Amino acid sequence: MHIVIKLFGVPLSCPITNSMNIWFSCFLFIIVTPAHIVRLYDRFEALDKEKTGHLRPQDFGAINRLAMNPIGDRIIGAFFSPGQETVDFHSFVRILAHFRPADKKHPKDPSMPEPVNSRTSKLKFAFQLYDQDKDGKISRAELLQVLRSMLEMQVTEEQLESIADRTIQEADLDNDDAISFEEFRKSLEKVNIDHKMSIRFLR
Amino acid sequence: MRTMGGFSQMKLAVNFLTIGLVILSLPCGSYTEIPPKPPGSVTVLPPVKPAGGPQAFPDAENSNLPVFTMDYARIQVPFEVTLWVLLASFAKIGFHVYHKITFWVPESCLLISIGLIVGAIMHSVHEEPPAVLSYNVFFLFMLPPIVLESGYFMPTRPFFENVGTVLWFAVVGTLWNSIGIGMSLYAVCQIEAFEVQDINLQENMLFAAIISAVDPVAVLSVFEDVSVNEQLYIVVFGECLFNDAVTVVLYNMFIFVADMPVVEPVDVFLGVARFFVVGLGGMGFGVIFGFVASFTTRFTSNVREIEPLFIFMYSYLAYLVAELFSISSIMAIVTCALTMKYYVEENVSQRSCTTIRHVVKMLGTISETLIFFFLGVVTITTEHEWNWGYIMFTLLLALVWRGLGVLVLTQIINPFRTIPFNFKDQFILGYGGLRGAISFALVFTLPDSIGRKKLFVTTTICMIMFTVFIQGISIRPLIEFINVRRTNRNLETINVEIHSRLIEHTIAGVEDLCGQWSHYYWKDKFLKFNNRILRKILIRDNRAESSIVALYKKLELQNAMEILDTVSGDINAGSSIVSLQYVYPLCPSSSCSFSLSLSLSLSLSLSLSLSLSFAFSLACSPSLSFSFLSRITLYFVPLIFPSILTSLPVPAAEKHPHRMMLFWKFPPDMTLGIQANEFNLGFIRPENLVSHGLRVL
Repeated sequence: MHIVIKLFGVPLSCPITNSMNIWFSCFLFIIVTPAHIVRLYDRFEALDKEKTGHLRPQDFGAINRLAMNPIGDRIIGAFFSPGQETVDFHSFVRILAHFRPADKKHPKDPSMPEPVNSRTSKLKFAFQLYDQDKDGKISRAELLQVLRSMLEMQVTEEQLESIADRTIQEADLDNDDAISFEEFRKSLEKVNIDHKMSIRFLR
Repeated sequence: MRTMGGFSQMKLAVNFLTIGLVILSLPCGSYTEIPPKPPGSVTVLPPVKPAGGPQAFPDAENSNLPVFTMDYARIQVPFEVTLWVLLASFAKIGFHVYHKITFWVPESCLLISIGLIVGAIMHSVHEEPPAVLSYNVFFLFMLPPIVLESGYFMPTRPFFENVGTVLWFAVVGTLWNSIGIGMSLYAVCQIEAFEVQDINLQENMLFAAIISAVDPVAVLSVFEDVSVNEQLYIVVFGECLFNDAVTVVLYNMFIFVADMPVVEPVDVFLGVARFFVVGLGGMGFGVIFGFVASFTTRFTSNVREIEPLFIFMYSYLAYLVAELFSISSIMAIVTCALTMKYYVEENVSQRSCTTIRHVVKMLGTISETLIFFFLGVVTITTEHEWNWGYIMFTLLLALVWRGLGVLVLTQIINPFRTIPFNFKDQFILGYGGLRGAISFALVFTLPDSIGRKKLFVTTTICMIMFTVFIQGISIRPLIEFINVRRTNRNLETINVEIHSRLIEHTIAGVEDLCGQWSHYYWKDKFLKFNNRILRKILIRDNRAESSIVALYKKLELQNAMEILDTVSGDINAGSSIVSLQYVYPLCPSSSCSFSLSLSLSLSLSLSLSLSLSFAFSLACSPSLSFSFLSRITLYFVPLIFPSILTSLPVPAAEKHPHRMMLFWKFPPDMTLGIQANEFNLGFIRPENLVSHGLRVL
């Protein structure tokens, strides 16, 4: 079985072996210590019950607690790029790399692409959880959907709408009744996103 | 324009008043002993009526009915207490006359200085000050209010996120400090030049245990003005509260051991066991009392007036019961306050909630003021024994060991933290380890069998003065100089809340995905347990409420109250636009008048819809305050018109100030003390609404 990896835009085709998976991930995409990758690979394999090397949305559904999470389906959806129905290990790790604590020691190199775990990338990830239709804005309807799933039984529809109204009113600077990424970023400028969106064991 | 003359005159007046009070209290003497016949009092026997027949005048002395009598002995103790409290409070007022002082010098230092002056006065007239810092008075009366205040206002979420670090520093850090300082001081004592060879190892260790504990009183008074980042603050804060367990155990252990000639290994083991008993016992008692208090408040809906009493009685009870068993009382009262606060604030009425908060703060402030004040007074009046070598080395070793301790401990715990501490944070952690009155009270009660007790007292006082004055004063400029990460207060927008919740759910989900658990898992589990079981038992009216909804209600109420506040306040039209700007902190670009007016109209329409929903839901309770409702709508409706008018740039509106004036002519008799029962806001329940709202105030 071959996998196709896009290395700096050039497609390369390589045969898969376990160790190759691990080391490719290490060198190409993220510099995470191999122990973490091994653990993640074990997890990947545990989820991949049919051993196809790819995960489908149903495989994620097997995780009980994730199924009970109010935005569980959105999180699962974030792993799948638009149009793709399966996710392989590389993409799996790449998405998870968003949650690494930011590396403060290395100076920012403007020529390199934005690291996956920078603040902006993390914010983009969170933004995409709202923006399901990928038009670059969180519309009122999308916000209402998220609020509804998070607040479930506690509030009525009008209260949800009032809350959504207020949210948009607070953040919306150009008055288009939707929150763009810039407005989203600005509303969270004082929040320590690195702290909130980091998972310790991925460091 | 006020001149310096005005300021200095007022300051002079305050000083004279203070001195006058001091002189007045001088004849009072020590309040722990009541002299048989205090000077300046006249004891008069009431006239005796003989058994046989009425008589106009008493027989015995043949004197007239006294018109004016004075009985000082009867009121002496409470009178003196009141005067001292007043004196300390006047000193506190006096400082704020000149604000720049309080900015640079923490109040603790100023209070100690005034105390020093008063102590000098008392010493010169050979009077004894009241024994405020004696063991019993201090630990039973002065300390609990402060610790209750710190526990009650401790930010719970950051605390639980950092609980591991806090306990690590509190327990291991204090142990490290005590043992390190004790050993090195013993080594220093061996040097013949200092003439302290008679202090043996056990006494040194005992002394080290006393002075190595960071003091909550001192730390809080310095750190509350300086806004360091939240992580740092909570670690310092938590450390000073939770190191009490270690201090208690070490102190008792070394006192016990100081009498014994030989220390056996079994004693060390017993010491460790005792530590667990003390620490966990303290926390356990606190939690139990917290739950009992919450349960009690579930039934107090008919006795609203005494609701605050339960908070104070239960926390004090927790403290006393812990003292009874010699376990960590500070931890007991802190955990009691932490547990209690969440449930009780949902059960009690809004007035009780405000009262509780206010009284807790007031008692804490009084205690703190008195403690620092008397620290100054007692410094002068106790007997000292000075020894350059011992004292200097103690100061040096305390600093060195604390610095080393922080470095080493941070290196060990950093990998387990999501935000590791950088070197600047570590420096502030080490430098912020102030010692205070607890050490002083403990050293004062050392048994007299310890020969060098006076030396210990002097050294402790020097230590306290050094840390409070030098470290306390310099910590603010240092923080600015080394540019520690500061805190961001005022994060309360509904956006931040919603997005933070989303992120939390995301992280929880991703963690489940990876099959890894961290503290989010435990937090989630606890919240579920809380919602399912605890809330049903402990809260009278149980409806689980998301923090998003709670924050939304709070913000809406805040806006509504701000509208009413500006309406009933100044009617100066020129400032009306400005004040309206402050009323709507939601408008980020309020500098632009056009967007101001647009956002004004947006928020006003929102408020109007809110007020209209008041109207519709008031259909349920028409009898209540329909006039109130009509006034609210009347206030809101005219506010809309200015916003429509001001779709022109601001200067235009200012050219027609009289148009604005018209709308502000409503009688400003609307007070902010809105009775919750007067309106039923549909989904916002009356009690919760104003209790949420008044938490804002």
